[in-house]
Amino acid sequence: MNTSETAVEMRSISKGFNGVNVLNDVDFEVRSGEVHALAGGNGAGKSTLMKILQGVYQTDSGAILVGGRPVQINSIQDAKAVGIGMVFQEFSLVPSLTVAQNIFLGAEPQGRSGLINDKEAVRRAREVFAEMEIVVDPRAQVSALGTAYWQLTEIAKALAQNARVLIMDEPTASLARHETDALFDLVERLKKRGISIIYISHRMDEVYRIADRITILRDGRRLLTESLSDVTPEQIVEGIVGKKIEGQLSYQQRGRDAASAAPILEARGLTSGKRVRDVSFTLHSGEILGLAGLMGSGRTELARVLFGIDPLDSGEILIRGTKAQITNPRRAIAAGLALIPEDRRDQGLVLDHSVRDNLLLPLLDKIARGPLLDAAAGRKLSNSLIQKFAVKVAHPNKPVRLLSGGNQQKVVLAKWLGTEPDVLILDEPTAGVDIGTKSEILAMIRELADTGKAVIVISSEYPELLAVSDRVLVLRDGSITRELGRNEIADEESLQLAVQGV
Amino acid sequence: MNNRTISTIAPEPGGLAAVRGWFGELDWRRYVIYIGFVVVFAFFAVLLRDQGFLSPNNLLNIFRQTATITVIAVGMTYVIACAEIDLSVGSTAGLSSVCTAMALSQWGIIPGILAGLAVGLVVGSVNGALVSLLGIPSFLVTLGMLGIAVGVAQWITASAPQPILNDTFNMIFGSGNFGPVPGLLVWSAVFVAIGAVVLSRTKFGRQVLATGGNRTAADFTGINTKRIKFQVLLISGLVASVAGMLYAGRLESGRFQWGAGDELSAIAAVILGGTSLFGGAGSVVGTLFGALLIGLINNGLILAGLDSSQQQVVRGAIIILAVALARKK
Repeated sequence: MNTSETAVEMRSISKGFNGVNVLNDVDFEVRSGEVHALAGGNGAGKSTLMKILQGVYQTDSGAILVGGRPVQINSIQDAKAVGIGMVFQEFSLVPSLTVAQNIFLGAEPQGRSGLINDKEAVRRAREVFAEMEIVVDPRAQVSALGTAYWQLTEIAKALAQNARVLIMDEPTASLARHETDALFDLVERLKKRGISIIYISHRMDEVYRIADRITILRDGRRLLTESLSDVTPEQIVEGIVGKKIEGQLSYQQRGRDAASAAPILEARGLTSGKRVRDVSFTLHSGEILGLAGLMGSGRTELARVLFGIDPLDSGEILIRGTKAQITNPRRAIAAGLALIPEDRRDQGLVLDHSVRDNLLLPLLDKIARGPLLDAAAGRKLSNSLIQKFAVKVAHPNKPVRLLSGGNQQKVVLAKWLGTEPDVLILDEPTAGVDIGTKSEILAMIRELADTGKAVIVISSEYPELLAVSDRVLVLRDGSITRELGRNEIADEESLQLAVQGV
Repeated sequence: MNNRTISTIAPEPGGLAAVRGWFGELDWRRYVIYIGFVVVFAFFAVLLRDQGFLSPNNLLNIFRQTATITVIAVGMTYVIACAEIDLSVGSTAGLSSVCTAMALSQWGIIPGILAGLAVGLVVGSVNGALVSLLGIPSFLVTLGMLGIAVGVAQWITASAPQPILNDTFNMIFGSGNFGPVPGLLVWSAVFVAIGAVVLSRTKFGRQVLATGGNRTAADFTGINTKRIKFQVLLISGLVASVAGMLYAGRLESGRFQWGAGDELSAIAAVILGGTSLFGGAGSVVGTLFGALLIGLINNGLILAGLDSSQQQVVRGAIIILAVALARKK
């Protein structure tokens, strides 16, 4: 395919909100059949730029050209009409409808009578999937399919609307490794068909794997657009963060010998349903324990059992040597545990409530004065947490929904560390977080362990796991299959092999 | 909606821009109930100046007529803020008025009051238990309870009004004055004051809002959301039973019809007052003004000489308009 042809061009785009400039004179151009990565830290202007392209916002100045012709994109419909499609991070599918019904939602094929022709929809859906070279039953109900299929349906939906440019925002966030591989194969095929993809991801390895070029935004300006063969990962990270990150993402031997410290948490034969089977381990204070395993290996379920969300069928949990009855999160908190859950938007935060209210939710007892809450004490406590964890907020009274992913995650962390737990369990602590915040969070984890807290880190990103863990437990089908000291793991690949069970 | 980007890029928004950003976002929609109240009040004050709208007696009447709705709506605020609904409040009030009247004529004033409260306790507990323990949607539970409570009230009285001849009871619950102030006004003031403080300034209130805002996150944060759901429905039942006694005292009788349809007025008052129908946000003071606005409209339309069919149409239109203005973009 001819890749020199321009699919979309955004020329000197500027956009401000309430007098604050979010984008300044940004140029962005995507060629036909190109995968173009868009990178930048939180607030760099990525999402605003993409929202302008999708017609959610209108640009203050500048122009958008599609296939060389200037276009006016004033609504999402306009964007679809010129062939720009979005694969949503939070999927925009109706779970109770079938795949075909979702694909043609709002554009259902009609028979001569004016009624919807479901057969035709199924036939055309099959065509789309055939072009994508994947097998999905168009008559299956979406709710019955796994997340990977949801995403494929999203992509098919965009393609059925003749999209020539697809925007993918963190498309692999909820995918297992083999699903990610399948998605990348699909991306390659789409490229060959001349479809362009704007790829937004914080994961550097993915960017290198599939993108042709990268554009980095910083503080609302375009920093660079380069072919990926011409930039190093270090340059990209430096470009995003604006400074060099030294060593945060690699393992640092910590001074203490954690294993000889007193055990703080002991799990003995924990069993819960089919996802946690006879799990035993010991966690020492000052230690960072990594949990590795594939999706569905029982990592998250183990965390849920420890925190009292899922019931324990058998086995016991000992805290500082005494048996603890952790039957619900309240008891877990009382026993000194804290869980940073996997899904911060659903499990970690009340999105419409303010940053302050979210921070104070587990700390209400601390700011009680008699039966009432002391508003001044609450302000003081929340402000100190915001400062301590460097959460960037315009105002603590603003809804936490308005924050970027990284800052939302910091709010969840701050909220739980405010309870001063002895054992901190983090489930995918850096998912969807930009690289700058990621290194801050990893540094925070080390610091906490240095002050004597015990930390359990669950992550599907091996480099991250290897960067912090002193010891790694490998889980498979709900059981621990390997226990590896950090020094026994040579590199990422050997950990991956252990996880795969080779 | 535009603020997302602002809050993320501005660690220290400088001076003027920050101030402007702040005020630009100060959402007038949150205050639409107060604005609406003032506008409607001013409108009637001008239009109906010759019909005695502004006479102290008429203004006190508005308070008197809205008192029971206000009290019920305070309880309803908790239920809705917790992302539940209670459709049984009106018939709970009716049943409470009947039970109070019957127990009062048999055994005296204290057993009468206790009987009324017992109605609220039982109805609220059953509602709460079915919703929180069995996980049945509150809409269905309380819809069923609406029928059960009014049916029981009609049954045990054979549809006959139960007169209350105890003057002390009638004085305290609605007919009398505390000093120069009508008793009903005091009752609503007390409920609003306690309701407002508990919702915004106590741990329980915060937990109600968090449970309504995101139940999963509240659970993960160690809040016993089942208990919270039970408690808000219990509160709503108890408060409705007090409202039933206020009907009984004001009208000096217990009747199964008292309170019929109040659930809809109370829900309207709560939503007008800025409480989110989807839970997570609520204001008891807003609810008071929501109830007063409804009372104001009723009163004004009567004085303006509209008949009851026209009143219903205008009232419905105003409520839709107000909620439309107050909705989030």
